Parts: sequence; structure tokens; C-alpha cells
Amino acid sequence: MADQVLDAKGLNCPLPILRTKKMLKDMPTGATLEVLATDPGAVKDFEAFCRTTGNELVEHHVDGKVYVFTIRHSG
Amino acid sequence: MLDETNVKSMSIIVTKGTLDWAYPPFILATTAAAMGLNVTMFFTFYGLGLLKKDLNLKVSTLGNPAMEMPMGGMHMAMPNIMAALPGASALTSAMMKNMIKKKGVASIEELRDLAIEADVNMIACQMTMDLFEYKPQDMIPGLTIGGAATWVEAATKCDINLYI
Repeated sequence: MADQVLDAKGLNCPLPILRTKKMLKDMPTGATLEVLATDPGAVKDFEAFCRTTGNELVEHHVDGKVYVFTIRHSG
Repeated sequence: MLDETNVKSMSIIVTKGTLDWAYPPFILATTAAAMGLNVTMFFTFYGLGLLKKDLNLKVSTLGNPAMEMPMGGMHMAMPNIMAALPGASALTSAMMKNMIKKKGVASIEELRDLAIEADVNMIACQMTMDLFEYKPQDMIPGLTIGGAATWVEAATKCDINLYI
């Protein structure tokens, strides 16, 4: 289970990334955030976001129409 | 955590102030800031209007034959002769804003607030302020007022420089 969950369903680019950044900023290093998104572009975007910021994309999968990302705050 | 010397940076010259053209600079600026870049935006000519306190942005299909609106599963373009009619721009703008809301796309006001929150450095072009007679009190607070040299200095230190 992630420490916190961000529901970004229904939001379009770049809002899921912006909301994620906002939440990660207030989380302690090592904490995990689960992001739920419906934007298909989010898959590539979250990979790029994590590579650039140094946060760890622990896992991602698709659950029906929802993309689920688990990110560890390490950036 | 990246140390200060590794921080990447981006500058964007914003020259256009219609609803459609306002998106690329604000989307890229907020995203880059979220990805840890230092971002500078230089607002000049029609782009300067995007810094006014009250925004009422419009879009026109006039002279833009590539612009199609989804409609009942199809795409409709508006002929120039109709786009030139009174009220056509207001109608197109209302349709676009409606679509933006329905598709979960952020409003320009929202993206601008997020850019401010993310400490994006916003420079208002002094020459354009004079030319179009904008007063500082018409604009959002916290702007740097400067000219071409202010942008050039910022741009020489940036990894990415865009003109939109």
C-alpha cells in the first residue's frame, strides 16, 4: 500500500504531473505515492517525469481504464 | 536531490495572446517547473495580454483553416467568410472553453496560477507595455518588467530556449 493516493482521473495533460509534483513536495523522502490517471499520455509522461526528477517509478499497471503509478519520493 | 549546478533551465518567449496560443507556453512552463527546471517566460506583443489580471481569452478560426472542432463524431471547420461574421469568434471561443472543461483540460487562469506558484520568472516587455498602453496595475503582481536584454541574459544560461 502506498503512503498516499492522488486521484487524477479525468484530468488531462499536464495536470496529473503538476498535481503529482505538488503532493510529492510535501511528502518525506522514501514515502510512496499512488497516482490514478485516465490520460493515456500519462504513461510516457510519468516515466519521463521520474527519470528527470530522480523520483523512483516503483511500478505501473493498467486497471481497466485507469493507469496506476506508484512513485517513491526520492528526487 | 540535484545540486544547484545541475539544475536545468528553460526560457520561453510568449508572443501570442489568443486562447489556443496561450496553452503551449503555460503547459510547457508549468511542466518544466514541476520537473525541476528553472523557468523564465518573456511576454511580448500580444502575449503580454496573458499577464492581465482579468483574462477573457478568445480564439478565431479566421485565417486558420487547420482548426476543426469535433462535432457529432465528425470534425467541422469554419469557412473564413463565416469566421469573419460578427459573433463568430465569440461562438468559437465559447465552444472551445466548453470543450476544455469537458475534457479535463486546465484553464489558462489555472495554469498561470500554477506557474506563479512554481516560481516561474515572468518578464513583461516594457516596450510592449508602452506601445499598447498597459499600466502595471492592470497586470498580475510579481512581474519583472524588462526588455530584450533581460531575456538575452536569461537565455544565455538556459538549456532550452523557445519562441512561441
